[in-house]
Amino acid sequence: MIALLLVLVLVGGWEAYAQLSGIHEIVLPAPTQLAAALYDDRALLWSNFGVTAGEIGLGIALALALGLGSAVVLHFSPPLRSALYPLLVGSQTLPIPIVAPLLVVWFGFGLAPKLAIVALVCFFPIVVPTLDALERVDADQRKLMRTFGASRWQTFRIVEAPFALPGLFTGAKLSVAVATIAAILAEWSGSEEGLGHLFQQALPNLETARAYAAVLILAGFAVALFGLLAVAERRLLPWARPVPLARLSRGMLLR
Amino acid sequence: MLTRIRAPEAAPPVKWTGSCAVSLDGVGKTFASTRRGGLAVTALDGITLDVATGEIVALVGPSGCGKTTLLELVCGLIAPNVGSVESARAALMAQRDLLLPWASAVANAAVALRVAGVKRDEAHERAAALLRDFGLGGFERARPDELSGGMRQRVAFARTLLAGRPVLCLDEPFGALDALTRVEMQGWLAGALARDPRTVVLVTHDVEEALVLADRVFVLSPRPGRVIATLAVTTARPRRRTDPEIVALRARALEALGA
Repeated sequence: MIALLLVLVLVGGWEAYAQLSGIHEIVLPAPTQLAAALYDDRALLWSNFGVTAGEIGLGIALALALGLGSAVVLHFSPPLRSALYPLLVGSQTLPIPIVAPLLVVWFGFGLAPKLAIVALVCFFPIVVPTLDALERVDADQRKLMRTFGASRWQTFRIVEAPFALPGLFTGAKLSVAVATIAAILAEWSGSEEGLGHLFQQALPNLETARAYAAVLILAGFAVALFGLLAVAERRLLPWARPVPLARLSRGMLLR
Repeated sequence: MLTRIRAPEAAPPVKWTGSCAVSLDGVGKTFASTRRGGLAVTALDGITLDVATGEIVALVGPSGCGKTTLLELVCGLIAPNVGSVESARAALMAQRDLLLPWASAVANAAVALRVAGVKRDEAHERAAALLRDFGLGGFERARPDELSGGMRQRVAFARTLLAGRPVLCLDEPFGALDALTRVEMQGWLAGALARDPRTVVLVTHDVEEALVLADRVFVLSPRPGRVIATLAVTTARPRRRTDPEIVALRARALEALGA
């Protein structure tokens, strides 16, 4: 409710400023002009949105598969973990704006370099919380499974894997935020379609409102994806839901 | 569905010759310090005790006298530095219930059966039947966070029983419960063991709990743990804390503990 009000105030202020200050629409389009661009260019925006959404969705899926696989492998093999963890951290320090053009040179203008970049950026935030959650399983819990004669794999399947699911969700939610940025950077490094490409084309053509529309759509998509993951987490992992802070503080106020 | 890869069955690290359910002979256990230059800790020293098949024994002693270490030795989770441990296969029940927070009561109780390769439906059926015996009918589908502390311990005990081991090692099973629930659960455990007799090694720091439940009570000294008194309880079950023998033995045990 308050959030909605805040958005209304901000948009209203923006509109008032754009209308009253006499600023040119090429410099700062008003929200109404942005809305007009959204409507007029809907076909163009929609087809380019499809491209970028595909890059983000497939990139995250690829990162999830690789990240989950790596976390499990590293969890099962401590020597491999100590050998590969520094490399993993190193992969995160690669400056994407520099790597992206190299990948375009390597893979061409198609989907492949975009997927590689999105997956590279998302891999780290997925592996770390997942591996962390796997490592943090109660030692007594493992001991109990041993007294039942459980194999390493059974302990993983029955105890460790479910314990690590909240970590995997945390990783997926983090990666949604960075995947959008990664996809845009990838498109800027060389592409013929996508919202990032559209944005890049719109500015020199003085279609500022269209560029703003592209950004708005991307932000909305990232927020929606994040929300979807949060809902899925609540549905699938009701046991992992933290006690709401509001309930705690209300109880304290009553005392 | 994941394929099941089973590790080759490891030889039980604890030997068992069959004369007694559990037999400890001159057992000592010292833990090296985890810090460099730290002192090694001797948890147990020269423990010798036998537990007959079907007998319930209790170990009482102050905190840190190596009671939990003793149970881990019996369960084969660790090996002694000196002496020998022989035991039939044992299942461990800890003070914390260690229930899986995402799994229903019935799935939690069935964990040991599932590990042993029993099919899901059959395992759940057996677990549900036992939970009903334990007064948990209607709570089969409840998750642990929806159950009270006493109910959770009953689920944990069902899981331990269903492991199907002849020896049960109970480590402070009611230590986390409030005093009233504790007394109630002690009566309940005595009843459950009367229906399904097992060899039991019970660890507790509550002398009354030990005397109400056990056939014999071993009193351990502070670290390093040694047996400083053995008390045989002959009063017929069900026992009450006010039975004359219990009261007399309680005084003796507390005296041995220096309390």
